[in-house]
Amino acid sequence: MALTIALGCAAALLAIAALGAARGQLAGFFKPSYGACLAATVLPLIAAGAHLLDAGTPDLVLRLPLGLPWLGAHFRLDALAAFFLIVVNLGAAAASLYGLGYGRHEPAPQRVLPFFPAFLASMNLVVLADDAFTFLLSWEFMSLSSWALVVAHHRQRANIDAGYIYVLMAGFGALALLLAFGLLAGPDGAYDFASMRGGERAPGLSALVLALVLLGAGSKAGLVPLHVWLPLAHPAAPSHVSALMSGVMTKVAVYGFVRLVFDLLGEPAWWSAMVVLALGGITAVMGVLYALMQHDLKRLLAYHTVENIGIIFIGLGLALAFQANGIGWAAALALTAALFHVLNHSLFKSLLFLGAGAVLSATGERDMERLGGLIHRMPRTAVAFLVGCMAISALPPLNGFVSEWLTFQAILQSPQLPQWGLKILVPAVGGLLALSAALAAACFVKAFGITFLGRPRTEAAAAAHEVDGLSLASMHLLTLLCLLAGVLPGLVMDALTPVCQALLGQRLPAQAALPWLSIVPLAEHRSSYNGLLILCFTAISAGLAWHLLRRVGAPGARRAPIWDCGFPVPIPATQYTASSFAQPIRRVFATLLFRAREHLHMPPPGDPRPARWHVEIRDLVWELLYLPLAGAVDFAAGRLNAFQFLTIRRYLSLVFLALVSLLLVLAAWP
Amino acid sequence: MDRLAFDIAHLLAGSLVLASFMLLYQDRLYAMLNLFALQALLLALSVAWQAHIQGASHLYVTAGIALLFKAILIPLALHRMIERLGIHREVENVVGIGLTMLAGMALVALSMVVMLRVTAEADPLAREDLAFALAVVLLGLLMMVTRRNAVSQVIGFMSMENGLILAATGAKGMPLVVEISVAFSILVALVVVGIFLFRIRERFDTVDIRALDSFRGERR
Repeated sequence: MALTIALGCAAALLAIAALGAARGQLAGFFKPSYGACLAATVLPLIAAGAHLLDAGTPDLVLRLPLGLPWLGAHFRLDALAAFFLIVVNLGAAAASLYGLGYGRHEPAPQRVLPFFPAFLASMNLVVLADDAFTFLLSWEFMSLSSWALVVAHHRQRANIDAGYIYVLMAGFGALALLLAFGLLAGPDGAYDFASMRGGERAPGLSALVLALVLLGAGSKAGLVPLHVWLPLAHPAAPSHVSALMSGVMTKVAVYGFVRLVFDLLGEPAWWSAMVVLALGGITAVMGVLYALMQHDLKRLLAYHTVENIGIIFIGLGLALAFQANGIGWAAALALTAALFHVLNHSLFKSLLFLGAGAVLSATGERDMERLGGLIHRMPRTAVAFLVGCMAISALPPLNGFVSEWLTFQAILQSPQLPQWGLKILVPAVGGLLALSAALAAACFVKAFGITFLGRPRTEAAAAAHEVDGLSLASMHLLTLLCLLAGVLPGLVMDALTPVCQALLGQRLPAQAALPWLSIVPLAEHRSSYNGLLILCFTAISAGLAWHLLRRVGAPGARRAPIWDCGFPVPIPATQYTASSFAQPIRRVFATLLFRAREHLHMPPPGDPRPARWHVEIRDLVWELLYLPLAGAVDFAAGRLNAFQFLTIRRYLSLVFLALVSLLLVLAAWP
Repeated sequence: MDRLAFDIAHLLAGSLVLASFMLLYQDRLYAMLNLFALQALLLALSVAWQAHIQGASHLYVTAGIALLFKAILIPLALHRMIERLGIHREVENVVGIGLTMLAGMALVALSMVVMLRVTAEADPLAREDLAFALAVVLLGLLMMVTRRNAVSQVIGFMSMENGLILAATGAKGMPLVVEISVAFSILVALVVVGIFLFRIRERFDTVDIRALDSFRGERR
């Protein structure tokens, strides 16, 4: 039943997309379109939730006579698919609700309305697919519809470039996945997942498949060094689409990794965990360092997606390490942590992107150095954005803390691992994770502080106004969910037990029955966490402090000029800026990693020109990996170009030589 | 009877290859046309013999088509074309005759080795037939590659197609429709090529395809 509902809603979304293509240019068409999207995402959300919570329901399977005639289209709803269906449709519903309010600001609705529902439908279909053909078809459909949304505002040159790089990387990733599926299916071409699941594979083949999956799913998720398209493409799309791409589409990529590596590939090897862990650790730290260097609010958020994908892959790598060594309970803990973070990141990243979209539509600015003081003009957005910042910085009692805490609990089990490589690597990755968590907090102090606090730096920021009610409702809904997932983590962890049971054959103890909403992932004497306690403590101590300050310390508010540090120049440019905030961290890390250089042009005394100071940051991944690659492709293309201008006889000779050499190969074949 | 049937089929297919070699050697246009007609005649005989020993009466139709179109109509049409165009009777080779012949022999050896290897389980009659057919195809292609004259390229193409028909009739159960459609597509190709020859001639006063290349502004 749940599967039928989900597929029906995906079909309905495709129908909405077709309607959008026909009627998208009509003013006001966005309302029924986004409204229908909302309905078509809430329904599968409820169905998948019921499926996941109702323990003991068998997996639902369905085969439709679509696609390849001898294969058909297989669909399956198991615990993993149900969980990701929830993640996808939660983000999709929030984005649709936001779109209902935001839609009237859209300058080119006919470029968004056909593709938005198609994008939602394709993500649902990827999660539900149960054979390689349907999976790849939906995956490519997802890439293409999101590409169309990235280039929706095609008048800006940067968006076209972002779309080009995105479609290149997406094509590359899909090719890698195609090869991985080909290897998994084997020479018989068994492309349905059910027959891939049981197959015996040589270790070399498994390693190749893992590498291909890391390339394919990793490029979609944004693993360093395959992340380059992500900070370009995610901010280029309209804001609610950015929220979907960052919050949800990267999770679909994580789903692809989990499905292929944990479900289809069979028993993992311990060194595969090393690769995933190292990539995750590097991705987490590099992502947050990139983010710290940004002044563009949406691009900063996109780089943080890279960081969070790193955290998720650290969890997945730990699960692989423990599973390979037969330590099932620790593997279940790590996988729970990773999937919990998937849910959390989809919540707070969608929230933050929607907040950035609210700022963008209120001020027309994405550059933080041109914002400031928005908390006075957009107080409700500011509250939602602040909660999102706290959640992504992993502050208790919000949800980001719980999943990172669980990841650390799994890291602390590393002495159980027998291999020395893992024994050394896992604590090192733990150090990277801690570093990235701290840097993320710094980064979001910067993001929130520069954007919402202080005084407005431009006219646009000074003239900002609060966004409409529906957009606010969408953001506040996500805020509430962030808080709920932080205070009631036991419910989420219990919902994840069927997933762990299905993938690892192990489950964590039930958490819902514990008193006072505590969570105890392993055993009482080891560690426990209580979000409610921290929430109550924070609320009571903050309330008490406020009360004391107001009543005892300074009775009665008085208005006075703000303290100006003895420097009474009343222009906003004297405030702390985003780049000055990031300067200490830039000097420590980026001097080496990004070759950051600071240039000061001080005119000589008497020269009336202003002094100039600028920071130069280079992206070494781009310069050392992608530019040489592009150069090599360019060179090869230039050489091959000569083949375009041969004489007819030469073409015939080429055909002839190719034929003869193939025949020679056939003759010499042993 | 069986032994004799095999030998005659072998003889006819082998003489097709021989005709291909003669085509490869020949450097005058009218002689080439005559040789092509001879090859088509041999093809028709070979197909008729196959029809006889396979007891497949539709192959007689194929043999008839080969005789009518390829041995009579196409050579006549090309003959008239050459007369009306008044082209140079000599064909310029890119590679020397000796080298071409050596390459042709190597190709025949290659097609024997390949075919006898890959069709190890097949009926011996079909095996031999396929090996000769591949040799005819490769020799036709070699002729197209080594000649500069457009008419001789057309003849090379037609002779390639002879090889295909030989292969198709050697294998049992090839439907007649396929052969008829192949025959007609060849006829259409002839018409198109004829028109093009006249157009090329009108424009460039020659049917040497080098003129086309220099018109395209390319280096060689």
